[in-house]
Amino acid sequence: MPSAHAVPGVVIVGAGHGGFQLAASLRQHGFDGRVVLVGDEPSLPYQRPPLSKDYLDGKIGLDLLLMRPETFFAEHRIELVGGVAVTAIDRAAKSVRLADGKRLEYSRLVLATGARNRVPQLPGIELDGVCYLRNLAETEALKERLAACRHAVVIGAGFIGLEFAAIARGKGKPVHIVELVDRVMARVVSPDTSAHFAGAHRAAGVEFSFGARIERLGGEGGKVDHVVLQDGRTLPANLVVVSIGVVPNEELAAAAGLAVENGISVNAELLTADPNISAIGDCASFPSRHSLKSPVRLEAVQNAADHARCVADRLMGKPAPYAALPWFWSEQGAQRLQIAGLTTGFQQVVLRGNYEGGEYSAFCYAGDRLLGIESVNKPADHAFARRLLATGRGVTPQQAADESFDLRAAAMARN
Amino acid sequence: MPSVTYVSHDGKSTTLDVPLGTSVMQAAVLHGIDGIVAECGGSCMCATCHVFVREDQLAKLPEMELGEDAMLDGAASPRRPNSRLSCQLVMVPQMDGLVVDMPETQT
Repeated sequence: MPSAHAVPGVVIVGAGHGGFQLAASLRQHGFDGRVVLVGDEPSLPYQRPPLSKDYLDGKIGLDLLLMRPETFFAEHRIELVGGVAVTAIDRAAKSVRLADGKRLEYSRLVLATGARNRVPQLPGIELDGVCYLRNLAETEALKERLAACRHAVVIGAGFIGLEFAAIARGKGKPVHIVELVDRVMARVVSPDTSAHFAGAHRAAGVEFSFGARIERLGGEGGKVDHVVLQDGRTLPANLVVVSIGVVPNEELAAAAGLAVENGISVNAELLTADPNISAIGDCASFPSRHSLKSPVRLEAVQNAADHARCVADRLMGKPAPYAALPWFWSEQGAQRLQIAGLTTGFQQVVLRGNYEGGEYSAFCYAGDRLLGIESVNKPADHAFARRLLATGRGVTPQQAADESFDLRAAAMARN
Repeated sequence: MPSVTYVSHDGKSTTLDVPLGTSVMQAAVLHGIDGIVAECGGSCMCATCHVFVREDQLAKLPEMELGEDAMLDGAASPRRPNSRLSCQLVMVPQMDGLVVDMPETQT
């Protein structure tokens, strides 16, 4: 008779926010089968958002970074397989192969493989002192480098690059950000919000080069010490942080014959074409009613955790299409950005609040459809924005612009 | 060291030592208390560390800021007059002996 551990159950590939949440939700809902959480990093599952914030800054330690203490996993019968990658899926045999040669059988497989850093093809990119900021090991390395940093160059003015810049400036380090397009966070925020954040970073002493391309990274003895731009300028840099986005980890699914297109393609219930295999979080491309363009692939804690809950519900016999409202946040120095909804494709921005004073919300519209709301140092607006957008209740551009319009009342209305 | 008692929705009570400067949410997560989810990690972004504070202890707590107040409006278990987000309750000596009841659901 097979031991209890040999009975196939749910195997989760990836122990990030989505993978962890799925395991926790299954147990919370009383799932009794085996739950195996396989991650390629050696540590216990940890939270990623603080890596580029309080953890890099040294304000919290590893204990507060962890999702849960080690005892949680034993108590909830979640089998953690750490430090080992999954190398292949055998759909016919319903098993996965691990890098250490072991095989794990599943009755249901959930791919929560996340994403990895996009690495620019630049001469010198392999030099020592070129850092990334996505996982714990990278953050530990960066933290050490930052202490010894004399000049930092950041490639890419997205959330991660800007969060790093704020912390580095807080430690008095010179920071120069090189960005390909003409504004910060161009992919995700309105021009108004880009301008606000660029201004705040400049006031803190960050230098920017917009519309700038890097020609190469240079150094001596294998260590980076400068960056050459295509316009001929040379920037000193004994630390280079590469933050130009991520690519989804979809190869495992593709090799198993599952459809991928900017992520692992799933249906409204987050299932692939194989009824036993789901995909969640950063690696999943899914249909969204909140987006002008569908399917979408999102890189966010909310998305990963809500995907996990949706799949947990389905595995417990309560299937429902995924419908959660996307939301995001970033903390850059004293500036706090919170976004509700997906604003990609907006045509009109209505500002509400005190833009000049740095406490405002930007309502983003396509025609008269409210796509999303960016709140800057306005946490209450964000909370109301989430309710408004989740319920599909509209706020017209005229109402948004009218300071006497009661946003809370509109958000809290029961019908 | 100051202590906080967490009471789950089904009445299970756990008392933890909470160092000064640590939030009521952080201590719960560190010890794996079920009933505090803390999805955003303490950024006052998610309302999944919602607790009910005993009425006679409310005055011992730091004042509620606008963001917490608004976030509580959207909590999964409806807010009550004694609702707080535990990530915003950072331990100070006067909070010793705090008792928090956890709601039925956080998500």
